[in-house]
Amino acid sequence: MQVTGTVLTTRQVDAYHALTVVAPGIAERFRPGHFVAVAVGGSGTSMLTRRAFSIHDVKPDYGGTVEFVFAVNGPGTAWLAERRARDTLDLVGPLGRPFPLPRDPVTCVMVGDEYGSAVLFAVADALQRRGCRVDFVLGGASAGRVFGAMRARRMAETTTLTTEDGSLGMRGRVTDALPGVIADVRADAVYASGPMETLRGVTAVAVEFDIPVQAAVEERMACGIGVCMTCVLPVIGDDGITRMVRSCVEGPVFRGERVRFDDVGTIPFDALGAPGGGSRNAG
Amino acid sequence: MPVDMRTYLGHVELANPVVTAAGCAGSGSELAQFFDLGRIGAVTTRSITMAPRAGRPTPRMAETPSGLLNAVGLQGPGVDAFLARELPWLAQRNVRTVVSIGGGTVAEYTALARRLNDAPGVTAVEVNLSCPNIEDRGRVFARDGGASAEVIASVRAVMRYDVPVVAKLSPDTADIVSVARACVDGGADALSMINNPLGMSIDTETMLPALAAGTGGLSGPAIRPLAVRCVWQVRTALPGVPIIGMGGVLTGRDAFELILAGACVVAVGTALFHDPYACTRVLRELEELVAARGYQRLADVIGLAHRPPGAAARHRTDFEESSL
Ligand SMILES: Cc1cc2nc3c(=O)[nH]c(=O)nc-3n(C[C@H](O)[C@H](O)[C@H](O)COP(=O)(O)OP(=O)(O)OC[C@H]3O[C@@H](n4cnc5c(N)ncnc54)[C@H](O)[C@@H]3O)c2cc1C
Ligand SMILES: Cc1cc2nc3c(=O)[nH]c(=O)nc-3n(C[C@H](O)[C@H](O)[C@H](O)COP(=O)(O)O)c2cc1C
Ligand code: FES
Repeated sequence: MQVTGTVLTTRQVDAYHALTVVAPGIAERFRPGHFVAVAVGGSGTSMLTRRAFSIHDVKPDYGGTVEFVFAVNGPGTAWLAERRARDTLDLVGPLGRPFPLPRDPVTCVMVGDEYGSAVLFAVADALQRRGCRVDFVLGGASAGRVFGAMRARRMAETTTLTTEDGSLGMRGRVTDALPGVIADVRADAVYASGPMETLRGVTAVAVEFDIPVQAAVEERMACGIGVCMTCVLPVIGDDGITRMVRSCVEGPVFRGERVRFDDVGTIPFDALGAPGGGSRNAG
Repeated sequence: MPVDMRTYLGHVELANPVVTAAGCAGSGSELAQFFDLGRIGAVTTRSITMAPRAGRPTPRMAETPSGLLNAVGLQGPGVDAFLARELPWLAQRNVRTVVSIGGGTVAEYTALARRLNDAPGVTAVEVNLSCPNIEDRGRVFARDGGASAEVIASVRAVMRYDVPVVAKLSPDTADIVSVARACVDGGADALSMINNPLGMSIDTETMLPALAAGTGGLSGPAIRPLAVRCVWQVRTALPGVPIIGMGGVLTGRDAFELILAGACVVAVGTALFHDPYACTRVLRELEELVAARGYQRLADVIGLAHRPPGAAARHRTDFEESSL
């Protein structure tokens, strides 16, 4: 659904900005892993496409609020960073397929890289309510870009932090720390969010340990609602066939081992409808 | 006073002139979560091809000033899956459906038309001529009147007589009027314009093209003046041929502009990415605008900008009343 919501609060968390918006309809339907598509630039803007942001948190205040966390990247996020309390924001959501939750009280490792971590806390909450044990591995380029370390420490059994420059926690990437954590806590499942390259690494580690991984991917999106076909990536279906699927409606959460991370940005030759797949192919 | 918004595509009546643009409404079901598809004139499908198509690699889109570049590459399930799932879904809900078809050869377009012939729920067929012609070294059909006319004539020949065949034109041609005329001579019952002109954007950070495919189709308000010009020129040359106008329609005012230029149906594409309710909003705004100008029928404003400057606009309620 589409909601024109009022910005309740803005805050800066190290390298990131966070906006809390009153959006009752979205908050009500929220499940962990959902995202919102935000119109940027105000009315009459030359920026036509909405920007996608994972929902970090929802609260019952004012009928329901949603919070998202973002890094300034280009003109759209720069505009968002200038929003102030009482400004209005046009959101569509909640969108996407949320994180599936296990039936049994298992042990889950949450792996977040940069702002990707933001989406994991609501999942961790839901897992804990089901009696799951939760451990965190959070990382970023430098200390200011590791999101949510404090909150992770408060809620998780263990929290491992990594930075590429060594300014906080272990020097390296989340994928360097992950095998040790999985082994130590004897993890049953992994939940991951971050850049594609990180998800590729996380999935490789999970596959090695033979445990399932749920990964929230990020592809360029123009609509967020499944009509433009720009956000596709190669995913292997239940029937073993690779299809170019829309990450906004069939994702953004996928079983990591089903995503052909090595082939993202290409059309694998064996994907359904790939060029050269037969003389019946047009153009 | 409510405006009579009915309009005609050939002999087919549409309840109102607002339709979705090809390739911008998914399979229809995605938008149905936001509004009742039965409230708009028609849904246009993505361009259906014979075989399933995986489309182009990502990144497939880049935002440009007031526009969007896309290189989706006609990703779709192929005609079998379309007829098995997507079309019946629309037909069961009585949604007026314009089926867009795309092919690499005249034979493929013809085969597609044949497959659509027995399918219930096809309101019209829109022939996407902006496809590379495999038999002519990938030259796009729409560039050339002869190639376009050949496709249209052969689709018209096999398509049931009561289903209008619409030729969708590209602005990327030396003379859109001559391509339009060739299509009408080939049997097109209506014309639709404009498809995306080709554009390109280069990422100055990576110093590489922003799209994996290099070039992409430009859409959105950036191309609206181009669309208005094409509709205007074709309407001038072929005043009797119904035109579906599209290109950068975000508001009722934009739709009205294309109607004044000569379109009797207006398609909304890229605007849907920004506002899932764009079609119903555009329709409401358009109706208000027509009423505000003093008209009771949409038919009375189609092509109205072609009247000589200074000439009184006919059928205006206020004029009629004042002459009583
Ligand atoms: C499901 C999902 C969840 C996301 N969650 C977050 C989040 O919680 N925090 C955060 O900071 N960012 C998140 N992103 C990325 C965010 O959407 C982009 O950073 C943002 O769109 C960039 O906009 P811009 O105007 O600053 O950049 P520009 O480069 O000017 O954007 C131009 C166009 O490209 C698209 N685009 C550019 N980069 C991305 C990208 N990485 N992903 C998707 N579309 C992109 C934009 O939507 C826009 O249409 C998420 C993306 C997706 C797909
Ligand atoms: C993402 C995208 C996909 C499109 N796919 C098709 C298509 O399959 N067939 C077609 O004839 N036109 C296609 N088009 C062109 C549109 O139907 C329309 O002609 C054009 O975008 C101009 O209208 P707009 O500015 O309202 O989008 C596509 C456009 C976009 C943006
Ligand atoms: S973003 Fe448009 S289909 Fe996914």
